[in-house]
Amino acid sequence: MRHRQASGEGVDRLGTIVEFDRVGLRYGTGGEVLRDLDFRLGTGAFYFLTGPSGAGKTSLLKLLYLAQRPTRGRISLFGEELTDAPRDALPPFRRRIGVVFQDFRLVRHLSAFDNVALPLRIAGHGEPEVEGPVREMLAWVGLADRASARPPTLSGGEQQRVAIARAVIARPELLVADEPTGNVDAAMAQRILHLLTALNRLGTTVVVATHDLGLIAATPGSQLIRLENGQLIDPTGSLKHPPVRSGAQLQSGGG
Amino acid sequence: MPDWLPMRWLPLRWLPMRWLFASPPDRRLLPGGKYAGPTPWLIAIMMFVMMIVAAAGLALAGGARLVRTGVEHRYSIQIADGRSQESRAVAAARAAPGVLAATPVPEAELRATLEQWLGPVAAGEGADLPLPSLVEVELAPAADPQAVAAAVAKAVPGARFVADQAQLSPMLGTLTSLTLIAAVLVALIAFATAAAVVLATRSALDTHRGTIEVMHGIGATDVQVTRLFQRKIALDALIGGVGGGLLAALILLLVSSGGIGALGDWTNGSLLGPGDLLVLASLPLLAAILATLVARATVLRALRAQL
Repeated sequence: MRHRQASGEGVDRLGTIVEFDRVGLRYGTGGEVLRDLDFRLGTGAFYFLTGPSGAGKTSLLKLLYLAQRPTRGRISLFGEELTDAPRDALPPFRRRIGVVFQDFRLVRHLSAFDNVALPLRIAGHGEPEVEGPVREMLAWVGLADRASARPPTLSGGEQQRVAIARAVIARPELLVADEPTGNVDAAMAQRILHLLTALNRLGTTVVVATHDLGLIAATPGSQLIRLENGQLIDPTGSLKHPPVRSGAQLQSGGG
Repeated sequence: MPDWLPMRWLPLRWLPMRWLFASPPDRRLLPGGKYAGPTPWLIAIMMFVMMIVAAAGLALAGGARLVRTGVEHRYSIQIADGRSQESRAVAAARAAPGVLAATPVPEAELRATLEQWLGPVAAGEGADLPLPSLVEVELAPAADPQAVAAAVAKAVPGARFVADQAQLSPMLGTLTSLTLIAAVLVALIAFATAAAVVLATRSALDTHRGTIEVMHGIGATDVQVTRLFQRKIALDALIGGVGGGLLAALILLLVSSGGIGALGDWTNGSLLGPGDLLVLASLPLLAAILATLVARATVLRALRAQL
């Protein structure tokens, strides 16, 4: 089992998927909730975002899934500078990002099936292309028999899994999850973690905000991003400048 | 797109109205029955009032047009001191170029007309009441009324040659004013309808804010979100508009057998022509289009305030 402060393993393999350059964020006229964030996330890597409550984890995730613009600094996603991108240019990038919200944000009046199908339909897929993958995804999260249930009739864990299924149905390149195991028991947390690592093995970069140290311990090869008081704790600079590894190292290293 | 629409025969996907036929999943995104909420009822009432006012305005305009056309080339020769010079005036008028007809109005007819206002004194025992002589003159469209007036004045000094249109101008002016007032009222009702649609759309946006945030978060464009709302508002407007329009049409049919019909008879024709009926019939559709455009603009403006 290996845990490191972001080693850049994924960066080496396929390059950088996210780059923050001296990013700051404030809401309204308040003080900065995020300050001078300088880091890169490697494609295909698995990150845990940790830190005490109020450290700015959710704000950082909002920047990652393009729900907020930074008040200063530059953000690049998928190799594109998006800090000042016109809002009309953002939807195609958002479709490449899966998001598991802390409060699930399922559409209450839609069935589990329709909630999971939403990203595919928004991306323009026709019903024949939606039916199979959604059924498969619901089966994958163990909810095949709850496809027609609406969120208010689902338990917290089931809603969590629907939210995860919706986040991953379109095979996002980047998955952002805010406390995805915050409302479930330990067994369900393990199951969700298994889903996330399986997705990561398929090539998706995963960023999970969590307080759950057990979850981090149970995820070999994952990397840590730690926030405190809105600032990144990166004493070795490995988040800002991930070490470059050779192809031979990659062959033997894994990740 | 509804299943019953044969896409191979109806290439609706290329029509700009395609968004009106949302797929069942899209329809499920914004729940609520087609007749839920006050919007269809509000638009129905607005449409009812708008159609009645528009019909009245069109009828007034049509009446004014018919009256104006009916008297366009008609003139009267009025001779104050009676019948003695009537034949000379008629002869002079008939000899003038462009005069199609010059017909003296029989004294009995004049007395019968005056009897309505003056009572029996104008006829019967009041037969000694002196009356002016009146000659109705109809000119060809290309005729010169000044030349005819000069010819009549030369034959009968003191005779007046008066255009019927001039006599009716106060009434025509009133009809024109009423038509303009009706047009302004229709515009005000349309404005009020648009304002109601703005409020309804904002309310719908607030109600479905969570759904919109989720849709945006997973990559929906403004156009995709807007399409849902404009479709719902368009259907509400269409349903309300057609309902209100049908009720107004029923009322107009009932009224047309009375007041408007009588006015139509008086002007020797129908006050609402095919064009007018087409305008009235298109009002519900125009209301739906207006509501759709307003809803679209409202939603887009609201969405642009977000990231």
